[in-house]
Amino acid sequence: MSQNEVDRSKRRFLIAATTAVGGVAAVATVIPFVASMLPSQRAKAGGAPVEVDISKIEPGMILNVEWRGKPVWIVNRTKDMLDLLSKHDDRLVDPKSEVMQQPEYAKNATRSIKPEFLVAVGVCTHLGCSPTFRKEVGPADLGADWPGGFFCPCHGSKFDLAARVFQGVPAPTNLVIPPHKYLSDSRILIGDDSKGA
Amino acid sequence: MNSLTSLLGWVDERFPLTKLWKEHLSEYYAPKNFNFWYFFGSLALLALVIQIVSGIFLAMNYKPDAGLAFYSVEYIMRDVEWGWLIRYIHSTGASMFFAVIYLHMFRGLIYGSYRKPRELVWIFGMLIYLALMAESFMGYLLPWGQLSYWGAQVIVNLFSAIPFIGPDLSLWIRGDYVISDATLNRFFAFHVVAVPLVLIGLVVAHIIALHEVGSNNPDGIEIKKHKDPKTGLPLDGIPFHPYYTVKDIVGVIVFLMVFSAILFFKPDMGGYFLEYANFVPADTMQTPQHIGALWYFNPFYAILRATPPMFGSPLPGVIAMGAAVMVFFFLPWLDRGAVKSIRYRGTIYKVAVGLFVISFISLGILGAQVPNPLYTILSQIFGVIYFAFFLLMPWYTKIDKCKPVPERVTG
Repeated sequence: MSQNEVDRSKRRFLIAATTAVGGVAAVATVIPFVASMLPSQRAKAGGAPVEVDISKIEPGMILNVEWRGKPVWIVNRTKDMLDLLSKHDDRLVDPKSEVMQQPEYAKNATRSIKPEFLVAVGVCTHLGCSPTFRKEVGPADLGADWPGGFFCPCHGSKFDLAARVFQGVPAPTNLVIPPHKYLSDSRILIGDDSKGA
Repeated sequence: MNSLTSLLGWVDERFPLTKLWKEHLSEYYAPKNFNFWYFFGSLALLALVIQIVSGIFLAMNYKPDAGLAFYSVEYIMRDVEWGWLIRYIHSTGASMFFAVIYLHMFRGLIYGSYRKPRELVWIFGMLIYLALMAESFMGYLLPWGQLSYWGAQVIVNLFSAIPFIGPDLSLWIRGDYVISDATLNRFFAFHVVAVPLVLIGLVVAHIIALHEVGSNNPDGIEIKKHKDPKTGLPLDGIPFHPYYTVKDIVGVIVFLMVFSAILFFKPDMGGYFLEYANFVPADTMQTPQHIGALWYFNPFYAILRATPPMFGSPLPGVIAMGAAVMVFFFLPWLDRGAVKSIRYRGTIYKVAVGLFVISFISLGILGAQVPNPLYTILSQIFGVIYFAFFLLMPWYTKIDKCKPVPERVTG
């Protein structure tokens, strides 16, 4: 080959090789920037369990606590409230809590460990608003058949006092019951349900 | 030759200053029959400049920190010299920007400005509109009020509805399990750096594409078809500068009069430009009673709310809302009309545009209301008309009886 001739196949190979290697480098460079937008180590560590004293919650009252930046409700349900829970199964989407929105130990009629205490994440399963506690039975705005529960002001989703979703509202599933355990009769730990010490 | 001309000569040998001036202003020939609808392009540019300038000065005192953001806005309003004015310019400017953009888009719609050969002008314009929506959404989180917080919560959760990648995608957008300081900080970065850069780039592309093909006009005919045989210039064209620069000054004055009237007398516009629930700091434990979108997103918000869920997922609503915006991109290919301008279209098209305008405005009004069953049905009806306008367009524009188009521009 004379000195002035162009070796086209060599040139093609070099262009292809440079483009491929450069492309891989460009993609690799994007990774740290994209990954930097994921939750940071501190945000992940923010999910530490929260200890709550429940002895001060009067029957029929609700306590709001913050866990992982979300509201968690603890409701001390009265005997009347618990009696009403089984009366409207036919109007619920998932009365038996088949969808795993709760730990195994809360998959029961009251969706709780102790029947009277409901512990639920107060974030609507529709689009993340926080429903309002409406414990009164049959108020004018929610209808005579309202058994008490939670009403989401954003898009009108309704939940009963076991945080189970009613039919015909935008929210698809029951509210989440967070992992929790009793440390004593008056103290619970939200966010941790491990056995032992 | 005086020193100024020689300086210009020195620059021109090194940078095409005079060439650019001629190409885009003094020798850019625009049709001579522009009417008032043609104010809104240059007004949109003015609105962008107003937002950038007022935004720079807001950023000097604003703190993108969940603990400080709300109070730094209050600080701007109360303690910073003229801070209230700069902040109201920015908040009023955002709404005015969207008002101008909607009128600008409507002009394109009725005069067929998206038709061949201006498809890319239209697409760049739509990309500007999308960037503007992102800019507005992220800017709205920054005051860290109740609606900032819960509005962002709802919108980011919409991404969770996307199958498979949705939950991880919304986690990635937030950088946390809920809207938090991390979200606020990154939205600030996007709002003040990333999106404005994209916006400016797109505006440049929009104008370059426009000046390549030339402006449309209310008659929807090409002025380049009739050129002066001697000069090669369009007979119905006039140089943008001085003719339209001077004309646009009139538009600018009227625009600034309206702008100032709102700015000084009604900066919250009765709760539409600045919503009252947003004067309460973000409370992560308590959702406000009614979450509304800002007025300029309400037509799409109404479509989102009116679309029933499927298999317990809000995905259909999210798709419908996305489609309501994205369908504009396809306008150049949906329109099969023989003419461009509404002036020479037949009755069918005029009725279709009328119905579209009525449903767009009605959806906007319905999106602002607290939902009830009647409003939901109305939203569904207007939503169907909205989509029918686009999806049936290939047929009704084809069978429509158009009037003959004049050779040269009229009036």
